[in-house]
Amino acid sequence: MLAYAARRLAALPLTLFIIVTLAFAVVRSAPGGPFDAEQSLPPQVKANLERAYGLDQPLALQYVRYLRGVVHGDFGPSLRYRDLSVRELIAQGLPVSLTLGFCALLFALAGGLPLGILAARRRGSVLDHGIMGLAVLGVALPSFVTGPLLVLVFGLLLHWLPVAGWQGGNPAYLILPVITLALPLLAYIARLVRGSLLEVLQSDYIRAARARGLGSGRVIWRHALPAALLPVVSYLGPATAFVVTGSLVVETVFALPGTGRYLVDAAINRDYTLVMGMVIVYGLITLLCNLAADLTYGWLDPRIAHGD
Amino acid sequence: MATEAQGISGAFWQQAARRLRHNPRALIASALLILVVLLAIVGPHLTAVRYDALDWNALAVPPQWDGAHWLGTDRLGRDLFVRTMVGVRISLLIGVLASAVSLIIGVIWGMVAGYSGGRTDELMMRAVDVLYSLPYLFVVIILTTLFSRGSLVVLFVAIGAVGWLTIARIVRGQTLILARSEFVEAARAIGVAPAAMLWRHIVPNLSGTIVAYATLAIPQMMLFESFLSFLGLGVQEPLPSLGNLINDGAREMQSAAWMLLVPAGFLLLLLLCLSVVGDALRDALDPRDSTA
Repeated sequence: MLAYAARRLAALPLTLFIIVTLAFAVVRSAPGGPFDAEQSLPPQVKANLERAYGLDQPLALQYVRYLRGVVHGDFGPSLRYRDLSVRELIAQGLPVSLTLGFCALLFALAGGLPLGILAARRRGSVLDHGIMGLAVLGVALPSFVTGPLLVLVFGLLLHWLPVAGWQGGNPAYLILPVITLALPLLAYIARLVRGSLLEVLQSDYIRAARARGLGSGRVIWRHALPAALLPVVSYLGPATAFVVTGSLVVETVFALPGTGRYLVDAAINRDYTLVMGMVIVYGLITLLCNLAADLTYGWLDPRIAHGD
Repeated sequence: MATEAQGISGAFWQQAARRLRHNPRALIASALLILVVLLAIVGPHLTAVRYDALDWNALAVPPQWDGAHWLGTDRLGRDLFVRTMVGVRISLLIGVLASAVSLIIGVIWGMVAGYSGGRTDELMMRAVDVLYSLPYLFVVIILTTLFSRGSLVVLFVAIGAVGWLTIARIVRGQTLILARSEFVEAARAIGVAPAAMLWRHIVPNLSGTIVAYATLAIPQMMLFESFLSFLGLGVQEPLPSLGNLINDGAREMQSAAWMLLVPAGFLLLLLLCLSVVGDALRDALDPRDSTA
């Protein structure tokens, strides 16, 4: 297990390096530059600006410089927000995005697990059909539809919750964004748990446990559930990727001051350093979450770590 | 030999069709789907209004059954029914084309990896793992923002090029099993070249899986398209897509909820129908994997 963890951890910098390199290549091969958007700068001014940011250097040199900076934790200055470094920008927005994402993951698990278990235990009942019907809807409903609809109902019609904004993380302002972000995840987890629990309940060792006379509650909680939760654990990796991208929409809908909007705006404005910084931060977050999910999985199911 | 193989595969499709016929949910969903697609094709021709025509006498009118605009108009007086129908067309078109792109890449990648085995397989699947761990909408966002925003071709190529990972994994798994089966070994023994082997012997046996996952891929790709258009990165004005219609509607919902509800309703209907049909097809064509 330890060897497996070490091997996976060792692969992390390499993967990150590949991501940074690919991103650098794609971002820099795009037409246009960061100083094109402003109204026709005199060529001399533009040249000076490019020299000041080192953009007149050969691309290979810029790449090496950039990598050296990143290793030392320096992501360079933002080419768009001139007074701020990329690090400062990310430090401003990331706490908001992380809070949102973390709460959404928790909410999805707290809602999806019990619903899935309930549906599996009452298989074929009205409750099961109801939960699964809602789950199909939840998976199909994109957050850019649920978000505005939730705002319409709970913000504009009922006036229960604020419509948008952050207000320093005031919980009332968090509720709608978190629900919007978590809903598809919650629905997917409920389906996953129901499916895998039903499959596990048909296996021989469960039949053996029943034959020994164990009550149905004990069979489910002690014997079936630990095995049935494995797919959920392995889904947590992709789930973080989902939350990361989903936060783009949710932050737009609810006007949250997170990092989600940076990536889109930076890519449109050719703010090279900010795009790269965002790719690195989000890449690292998803890689770490995937790693954590895989390690948990390996710990729960030792066959994985000892395999291959 | 050939007729026998045909007989078997005919039975396979017949069986699948029988399973589908016994699934009322899937039947209703396919009927609805056909209805919406027909409406999207025929609908814009039912009125003389074009999707980008402005009607200054009817700015932001709500839906009305007897008036000129039955689903109302938007802030600029453009007919919402026509716009939504054209939007459905564009979203569906991009969904289908992007699915085709990802299917082609995914099937070839998975087949080659699974059939080659060994080092090649390991390397190719490790690449898929790395790509899988990325939030791939990110990659799409970067691609679409950097290369000519609003070009439909860039849009579906970018979406398709990033969405092939799941199908590659599934195809590879199936190919691994097929590559070890006796008929493939027999074909190899009589000297069938690898390319011909994949095309003539592996692909036909994968067709069920491919059809099922193609149907499931379309709603996902449509979702990506709407997502990008919602962020302003996809289809550009005045061309409507369900994504940018929803975005426009969301801005106006306080005073004109129908501008949000009409396109959102059609998107939901399409996504739901497609995923119900896709699930049913998967269950019918791929009976091994029916619990997920």
